[in-house]
Amino acid sequence: MASSATRPPLPAILLANDLLDGDVVFAIGEADGSLGWTRDPGLALVATDDAAAVRLEGFATAELAAQHVVDAYLVDVELGAAGPVPRHFRERFKTLGPSNRPDLGKQAGEGIAARRSV
Amino acid sequence: MYRYDEFDERFVRERVGQFRDQVARRLDGSLTEDEFKPLRLKNGVYLQLHAYMLRIAIPYGTLSARQLRQLALIGERYDRGYGHFTTRQNLQFNWPQLRDVPAILDLLADVEMHCIQTSGNCIRNVTADHFAGVAQDEIEDPRAVCELIRQWSTAHPEFSYLPRKFKIAATGAQHDRAVIKAHDIGIRILKHPQSGEIGYEISVGGGLGRTPMIGKVVRDFLPKTDLLAYLEAVMRVYNLEGRRDNKYKARVKILVHEIGTDEFRRRVEAEFAKLDGPSVNADPEELARIESYFTPPAYQSLPEDSQALAVAKAANPDFARWVDTNLTPHRVPGYSAVTISLKPVGLAPGDATSEQMRLVADLAERYSFDELRVTHAQNLVLPHVRKDDLFAIWQALVPVGLATANLGLITDIIACPGLDYCALATARSIPIAQAIAQRFADVERQASIGELNIKISGCINACGHHHVGHIGVLGLEKRGIESYQITLGGEATENASIGEILGPGLPAEEVPNAIEAIVGVYERHRHDGERFIETVKRVGLVPFKTAFKELADAVA
Ligand code: HEM
Ligand code: SF4
Repeated sequence: MASSATRPPLPAILLANDLLDGDVVFAIGEADGSLGWTRDPGLALVATDDAAAVRLEGFATAELAAQHVVDAYLVDVELGAAGPVPRHFRERFKTLGPSNRPDLGKQAGEGIAARRSV
Repeated sequence: MYRYDEFDERFVRERVGQFRDQVARRLDGSLTEDEFKPLRLKNGVYLQLHAYMLRIAIPYGTLSARQLRQLALIGERYDRGYGHFTTRQNLQFNWPQLRDVPAILDLLADVEMHCIQTSGNCIRNVTADHFAGVAQDEIEDPRAVCELIRQWSTAHPEFSYLPRKFKIAATGAQHDRAVIKAHDIGIRILKHPQSGEIGYEISVGGGLGRTPMIGKVVRDFLPKTDLLAYLEAVMRVYNLEGRRDNKYKARVKILVHEIGTDEFRRRVEAEFAKLDGPSVNADPEELARIESYFTPPAYQSLPEDSQALAVAKAANPDFARWVDTNLTPHRVPGYSAVTISLKPVGLAPGDATSEQMRLVADLAERYSFDELRVTHAQNLVLPHVRKDDLFAIWQALVPVGLATANLGLITDIIACPGLDYCALATARSIPIAQAIAQRFADVERQASIGELNIKISGCINACGHHHVGHIGVLGLEKRGIESYQITLGGEATENASIGEILGPGLPAEEVPNAIEAIVGVYERHRHDGERFIETVKRVGLVPFKTAFKELADAVA
């Protein structure tokens, strides 16, 4: 779990694997101001300051405890035209899918949904 | 083939029931991930980058047509229509949903399969020579021993919480095709030099990963009847003294290395002397029962040479190339073992679609006494094929992309899943394998280079056996990009050795050039008929390092 000691440089997003299917999910800001999860990396909420990062970390802790997701942590990103893109290649693959199978995973539009549960 | 008895059947069904309950409790929130993880790992369920992964045991790499068809069905119904055959003769599905795993385990149990002991700190699925029972240089089929060990080790209460995972491999042949020297225990069936009695040579302390080691022989000759008591003695010494304080030092290879082979042997022999052999060793009747499952099929008596084969070869050069490359001599005249390559140029090594699995299952049923094998090199084998049937088999393989003629050649690459799937990876391996295969796609070129094993791992854990590749490629991260370290001179056979690093890491796009440079040195130095590895051993690393340095300097 990310803590301030291991927090990556900002801006950052929170990602995790969904408990049920293991699919990668991203923290998102809901219309009512609360936090939720999306399967679409383009919609991920970007934390640009410490307060926002702390809020994402708190959400990660709560959601791990609530058994909704596993392996939740913050990832530093660059802001691209289509949304945030992780700086590290490992996390970038997590937002895409296997590079040798462009027909599978998020890069192929699989599982791309605005909500975690569909 | 081995068939479950009532005990096996009940045991596997009960495990499915237990896991169904555990999954339900995980999904309703009563188990935390920390509580659930060790339970899921005991049932072969991992979490990878994009999804869960399910690892299915294929004991000693032997499958029936019905089993392979069931795997095809699971792939289609619960995964993405394909599976990945691994260097441990297992199959991995990359996309199962957690809630579906109990149903998948039920389908597996229907065909006498499971995921037990494919993960965790236990004695893992035992691997064997994929030409067991078939090879001309074999003394005895090693699969009866593997099955015996499976029954002895499955859920063995004393060995369920070992310091670390424990891997055993066995071969009954002179030529080691099971990489026994890179296993925690390697078993080689041999004849006693004086008495001619059949027994075992036991090696301990081999392993790859971050500290690669070649296994040391601790017993030159173990009488057959003493096998389980001796293995139990080895396990006890390890269980007691293995380093539980540090997971990187917890494998038995470290213990053997730290106390020395002689001291390790002394402790094992002392423990062995204390054990009540008869109460541990298998009862000879039980051993005979197990052996009876591995009796040879009802071969026909055939001439060694097939007229039909000769005619088809003469008329079809592609078929002739496949025959010359992918066949292994069989101990029975008129038969052959056929390797079906899962390394078509440009695809992921070891992947097979459900459609391909079904076709191979049909062929096994029709032409190979309903039997097939998975090799540690991530290919499939039809072990008992009449030479007369080879052309029909090849014609069936061509349309589904399974007729690649490259067994043992430069494009028959072993590659772990790497960063395309694996959460532990530091770099990708599959695209590197693809790029090398594409570079050397020309079949004439491959044939002229001859036997050359490239093995690729996506991190230091070495699941892709890179240390024992003639050429090994290890994917690492260097300053935020993927970087590949190349080793030379490893061997996975009875002459097992660990390859040596040639120079600094290279970016992905330079790897095919580096392989090209290495092959170039070989082509310049080789004597007539000399294999790649023989040239490397004869001329040493210097000329290869020189060529590599030129390339690395140009990149730097
Ligand atoms: C989720 C995927 C995987 C994980 C988490 C994993 C984990 C590991 C780890 C941690 C090691 C190092 C053990 C040590 O040094 O003590 C290892 C070694 C190994 N794994 Fe994997 N592995 C995975 C996939 C695979 C696959 C796909 C294969 C087969 C292609 C495989 C076969 C092996 C082999 C042959 C070794 C080296 C032999 C040894 O244990 O010393 N693993 N694995
Ligand atoms: S070698 Fe590393 S990257 Fe490859 S499968 Fe093993 S743990 Fe994963």
